[in-house]
Amino acid sequence: MSEIYTLHVNGREREVQDAWLGENLLYVLRERLGLMAAKGACEQGECGSCSVLVGGELVCACLVMAASAVDEPIVTVEGLGDAPTDVQRAFVETGAVQCGFCTPGLIIAAHHLLDQQPDPTDMQIREELSGNVCRCTGYGRIIEAVQQVAVARREEAR
Amino acid sequence: MSLTEVGRPTGHRGLGASPTRPDGIAKVMGTFEFSSDLGGDGVLWGATLRSPHPSARIVRIDPSAAWKIDGVETVITADDVPGVMHYGLIDQDQPVFAADVVRYVGEPVAAVAADHPETCRRALDAIVVEYEVLDPVLDPDDVVAGRAPDMHPAGNMLREQRVEHGDIGATGSVVVEGTYEIGMQDQAFLGLEAALAIPDTGGGGVELHVATQWLHEDRGQIAACLGLPEEQVRLVLGGVGGAFGAREDISLQVHTCLLALRLGRPVRMHYNRAESFLGHVHRHPATIWMRHHATSDGEIVKIEARFVFDGGAYSSTSSAVLLNAITHTQGPYRCPNAVVEGFAVRTNHLPCGAMRGFGVVQACYAHESQMDKLGAACGLDPVEIRLRNAMRTGDVMITGQTMDSVAPVEECIRETVALPFPDEPVGGHDGDVMRLPGGAGRTADSQHIVRGIGYGVAMKNLMYSEGFDDFATARCRLTDGVATLKFATAEVGQGFVTLAGQIARTVLGVDDVVLDRIDTGVGSAGSTSASRQTWMSGGAVQAACEAVRERLFERVGREHGLDPATLAIDGSDVVDTAGAFRMGVVDASTAGEIDETAVYRHRPTEELDERGQGNCHVAFAFVAHRAVVDVDVDLGLVKVVQIATAQDVGRALNPLSVTGQIEGGIAQGLGLAVMEEIIQIDGVIRNASFTDYLLPTMLDMPPVVATLIEQPEPLSPLGAKGVGEPPCISVTPAIAAAIRDAVRQAGRTHAIDRVPVRPIDIIGL
Repeated sequence: MSEIYTLHVNGREREVQDAWLGENLLYVLRERLGLMAAKGACEQGECGSCSVLVGGELVCACLVMAASAVDEPIVTVEGLGDAPTDVQRAFVETGAVQCGFCTPGLIIAAHHLLDQQPDPTDMQIREELSGNVCRCTGYGRIIEAVQQVAVARREEAR
Repeated sequence: MSLTEVGRPTGHRGLGASPTRPDGIAKVMGTFEFSSDLGGDGVLWGATLRSPHPSARIVRIDPSAAWKIDGVETVITADDVPGVMHYGLIDQDQPVFAADVVRYVGEPVAAVAADHPETCRRALDAIVVEYEVLDPVLDPDDVVAGRAPDMHPAGNMLREQRVEHGDIGATGSVVVEGTYEIGMQDQAFLGLEAALAIPDTGGGGVELHVATQWLHEDRGQIAACLGLPEEQVRLVLGGVGGAFGAREDISLQVHTCLLALRLGRPVRMHYNRAESFLGHVHRHPATIWMRHHATSDGEIVKIEARFVFDGGAYSSTSSAVLLNAITHTQGPYRCPNAVVEGFAVRTNHLPCGAMRGFGVVQACYAHESQMDKLGAACGLDPVEIRLRNAMRTGDVMITGQTMDSVAPVEECIRETVALPFPDEPVGGHDGDVMRLPGGAGRTADSQHIVRGIGYGVAMKNLMYSEGFDDFATARCRLTDGVATLKFATAEVGQGFVTLAGQIARTVLGVDDVVLDRIDTGVGSAGSTSASRQTWMSGGAVQAACEAVRERLFERVGREHGLDPATLAIDGSDVVDTAGAFRMGVVDASTAGEIDETAVYRHRPTEELDERGQGNCHVAFAFVAHRAVVDVDVDLGLVKVVQIATAQDVGRALNPLSVTGQIEGGIAQGLGLAVMEEIIQIDGVIRNASFTDYLLPTMLDMPPVVATLIEQPEPLSPLGAKGVGEPPCISVTPAIAAAIRDAVRQAGRTHAIDRVPVRPIDIIGL
């Protein structure tokens, strides 16, 4: 257990020391780098609670071998800024947050969706976020939050 | 009101508004601490060794190879439990660690503490356990018939209960019967089991941070097993990632504390998902036979029923779940005569206990399936048969208890029927294949889809039953315009932390409310379950705030020569209703802190007698659902297109939170209807993962249209009824009925009498 590697996380170089190479990115982010936002609820890529961006792609951090993510920029919820983003504010306002365990993964996924598709249809929202499981809300308010942001961004762009 | 209009945050933050939740920003920013986020440098990891067999004798346990692994700090077994060996919510029949026999796959046999989760995994692998495999008891009918060997010193019959009401020999000219099966559902909360135990330095006690539903009940069981006085075991609520009943029983609490106390070092334990499926109780799988007798006009004359609930290896709350189920046999309908037999049995299956709905989910599926059959036999449609029999306040239930709750059953049904149907055509808009049953599988053909409609109506008891002395405690301190609340109410996501602030604002006229840490430093709040916290903990917070307000009025009365009895809160002021005096609450509260603690109790309930008669429940809530489904009857694929509902909520104290419970509950009920089932074969779980235990995703969940029926409940301290459980109860039979409707329209005549409904059930093979 004496490997050292460097990850680029939220714009900073973070050195990971004394790590066992078998650790997944979720474990390293949380237990080695103190970035606790991403959550583990299944550790097999089925629930999306660990969603982060690696090289701009939406991935499940639990399925990424941390030491293999060395050359790509990694973005977690902590990297979205010190003030809540419009997506984060919308989630709170619309009641899209209950227990909150799925929330960080959904925040990342929603940001990714809206960056790729600023004007998503209801079906597109559902399909793109279908990889994020929520057990509390029944999804209705989450969809509303995403739609609210999309509309607000379009209005601002005018 | 439509769901899209309710509950947008406004300036008003008292009761009736939908202020944003106080932990919302922390949760979206990722800074909110769940119990799995707690740790620290040098904190060890704990892990549990579990039985691979449903029934076996433990011949020997040899942990010596595990001890030799670098990084392993300790290995413990049953020999290392200093206090009482057995725990349990009703009967203490479950051992902390199995010693001589294991009774279910997943039963804890040993635990380890080490420096890394991977070290733990290797240590568990290295522990040698020799088992003598035994034949498991798997058929509940064998237990009921007395054919199964005792698998526990307490016997295999967890509870037997009979209900006889009225003329048990009565008959009706119309008779319909059926045998209904409900599969085992998992709560599948996302926040996996996690705890951090910190032993006192030199004190002998321990502080446990854990995600749970009932801090004080946990504490009692933990202290007994640790052999410690309760005051030496302090519990702090770690952030909870959902519960739905799965955290009512002890899971990792005692194990984590044992490891920490043994080593004198903090230990954290996390379950992984496969382990979580084994590590908590599940919804009871059940077989329910019912026979309804009615007049030719469709009026229920008598119901006969036989319930068999498979409680699995340990008793948990099976006794109470069965009680709930059988006392809800009639559903929200008038029923003058009844004979009901109920059995909750022990088998070598996974232990079962509390899950949202608590026995009423199973009963409702049976009685709603029966109501559709009854309607068909009488020539009445599903709505008519239900309206004809709809219960009203003042009716007597089959337990002999008078329904004295507000009971707007007819209104729930009529309001549900009045909600618009979806405008989405059969087969979806624009022929989008993703909108067909089977979605991304792209196998359905829009030419072969049949749309079905079904209804379900439910009654659900609120709070605990059968004489249980339930209460909740809350403390309120007021100083300088800030109200500080302390309670042990477990916030599991439902939003009690939001409601508590609303209560304080409305009662005291302050805007600033601070919530103290949720821990055992105040009296018990009871469990976050049974749709009880708004009523019970809400009642306690209200009482504590009212006590503070009374003292405030006494002080203002003294200082200004006024009679406190004429003082009131108006907005953010203390006013004299008999004169012109007005003073800001902020100013009135600067002259020293006011500190009051209150305990709220509901009215007493009774145990049932040998005929199942007694006033055993506190109060009831009602709900109706309508489901629209599209079905490919050849492939057996289902898409739920819309759910409409009208729910009896008493008073919507926070409409947005109510919406959250309705939509979330419907999702869980939908899951039970069409996709969620724990499969056990020969007593071994086969789908302990999200790959094979299917949860509804955003693609599975349809739009929900809802009406809130607000007829304040006089018995409730705030006029509100609990809203957590009703949404997941009658939606399941509504979806099942809609599927049956589609299948019938396609000319198929086979019965579908189980949930979840599988493709094979729709096809009729």
